[in-house]
Amino acid sequence: MSSEIAYVIAGAAVFVAGLVGTMGRTHLFWKILGVNFMGSGIFLILIAAAPRLPGEGADPVPQAMVLTGIVVAAASSALALGMALRVVVRSGGPFLSEDAPGPPAERTEPEVDSPGPRT
Amino acid sequence: MISVEIWSTLAIVAPVVGALVSLLGGRRSILAGMTLGAAGSLASAAGLYLTVRVNGVARHALGGWGRPLGIELYVDGLSVVFVALAAVVGTAVGVYASIYFGEAASSGDYSTPGARGARYFAPLSLFLWAGLNGVFLSGDLFNLYVMLEIVGLSAAALVTLAVTAKATQAGMRYLFVSLSGSMLFLLGIAILYLVHGTLSLEQLAQARPSGLASASALALMTAGLAAKTALFPLHAWLPPAHAAAPAPASAILSALVVKSAFYVVVRLWLFVFGLTLPGADAQGALVLMGTLGAGAIVWGSVMALRQVSLKRLIAYSTVAQLGYLFVMFPLLTQPSADAGSGAWSVDAWSGGMYHALCHGLAKAAMFLAAGNMTYAVADDAIESISGVARRLPMSLLAFGLGGLSLAGVPPSGGFLAKWLLLGAALEAGRWIWAVVIAVGGLLTLAYVLMVAREAFDAPEDPGDFRAVPRRMEWAALALAVVAVLLGLRGVEIIELLQIGGVGPWR
Repeated sequence: MSSEIAYVIAGAAVFVAGLVGTMGRTHLFWKILGVNFMGSGIFLILIAAAPRLPGEGADPVPQAMVLTGIVVAAASSALALGMALRVVVRSGGPFLSEDAPGPPAERTEPEVDSPGPRT
Repeated sequence: MISVEIWSTLAIVAPVVGALVSLLGGRRSILAGMTLGAAGSLASAAGLYLTVRVNGVARHALGGWGRPLGIELYVDGLSVVFVALAAVVGTAVGVYASIYFGEAASSGDYSTPGARGARYFAPLSLFLWAGLNGVFLSGDLFNLYVMLEIVGLSAAALVTLAVTAKATQAGMRYLFVSLSGSMLFLLGIAILYLVHGTLSLEQLAQARPSGLASASALALMTAGLAAKTALFPLHAWLPPAHAAAPAPASAILSALVVKSAFYVVVRLWLFVFGLTLPGADAQGALVLMGTLGAGAIVWGSVMALRQVSLKRLIAYSTVAQLGYLFVMFPLLTQPSADAGSGAWSVDAWSGGMYHALCHGLAKAAMFLAAGNMTYAVADDAIESISGVARRLPMSLLAFGLGGLSLAGVPPSGGFLAKWLLLGAALEAGRWIWAVVIAVGGLLTLAYVLMVAREAFDAPEDPGDFRAVPRRMEWAALALAVVAVLLGLRGVEIIELLQIGGVGPWR
């Protein structure tokens, strides 16, 4: 019982750490890591606190949720990392500029980093 | 007679298959994929409308596995309205995009969004479409989360189809907002499951969630969804993202994507948690939502008036119009008379949902029309479109009709929506909300006329003017005409919105 509560508290702490990282950090990699932390915190809570019936083992639904959640997290991290690379190429650094009217040095040459064949 | 099972599955499967086909590459497969997705969505919207109208609410346990273990689709009048909105807007935008990107790609100018957009717009928008239909038809929380993620990821990718640094930055920022919002939503789902042991929306409603854990779960989910739907003051990501995206992508983002998160808020607040019930003691929360909505109306409209870029003006208008959807919340509670009935104010409900529908159509029309104007003058500044009235009368007409519908000029659909909301506010003696609704309409009229005046101005320097393909103009105009005509078919849609009950699932 008490170990479950410890896991839930740990999960909540990981979630909050991730939220703070996503909001507070400016480097894009830290932000992406922060979102992953948030997800991991939720997964920890779900697995630790899933109801267990005596003699029947654990409730399968939270486990299915975590498995699906990991797939979604992997896909969104891949997209975020790919987009972060584009930000590095197009604005010269892994940072989001503040929402100023003048954008940072905009590249005008044709773009060359497009993956896959062109049609 | 094809059953509701087929129609509801088709709404999700057809766009996915279309997306896969269009990923094969090449003009022909893109066209085939788009056609497949659009035809499937339109057919399923029509089929769902007919079956729900005759038989009422329908449920479909996918693969024969019902709740609580399996995934269930749930179809009521509200779902049908949103699936139909997505089908109509998606089809018109698809037609528009096939030419918008096709032109740019064939000109061989790779610095324009053309090359990338021609290849990736179709698959991304079709995946997004499948996600939207999935959100609108989901009957359980976790399915909603997955579908919202599909919508969020493909929407962020759509923003970055414009190859500028500005668009990449805006898309990245949007992705972070969207992902963090989803995580807050997922945490709320986890808490609700651990407390109530079910993910099914209907079973949750029957469990009558109350108490600290459920309330904090709802607060977390609402915060996440409010960020995704750009509710003031969490709207800062929206104008740069929607303005920087290519025009057809902007239309989908403003018309449909922000509404998907709003739709989930409505399902949770009204249907599951029943916050409009007199005993729910949630008047404070409802008024808070309404206040944020009122803030969005005023702030978004004032900011729209101050913009120099046409697409940014329309994007701020989206922030403002989304406010109306949240002003609906405090108006939903019955004043006093039949407080025990557990139903909510039909006028406020119909008005709010009608507004979502009309805004979707009108805003898509305005973004497509703005896309035509900026395409013609190759500039996004409002002052550069002077003279457009003579060169692109159809696009200006589309912009104007869409704008008038938003402002609530009779007999447009927007008029009916605002009229119903206004009526609900006055009937309950809540005149302060009525003032906000009316002032918002006037401000909308002001920024629409601001653009129109510029368009009618004689240009000081009649520079290069690119001819706009006819079908791009027709697509914008068709959406605007539907947005206006909706005002004349109000009864059917309002009746449809009542299917599934006017009150929480209890």
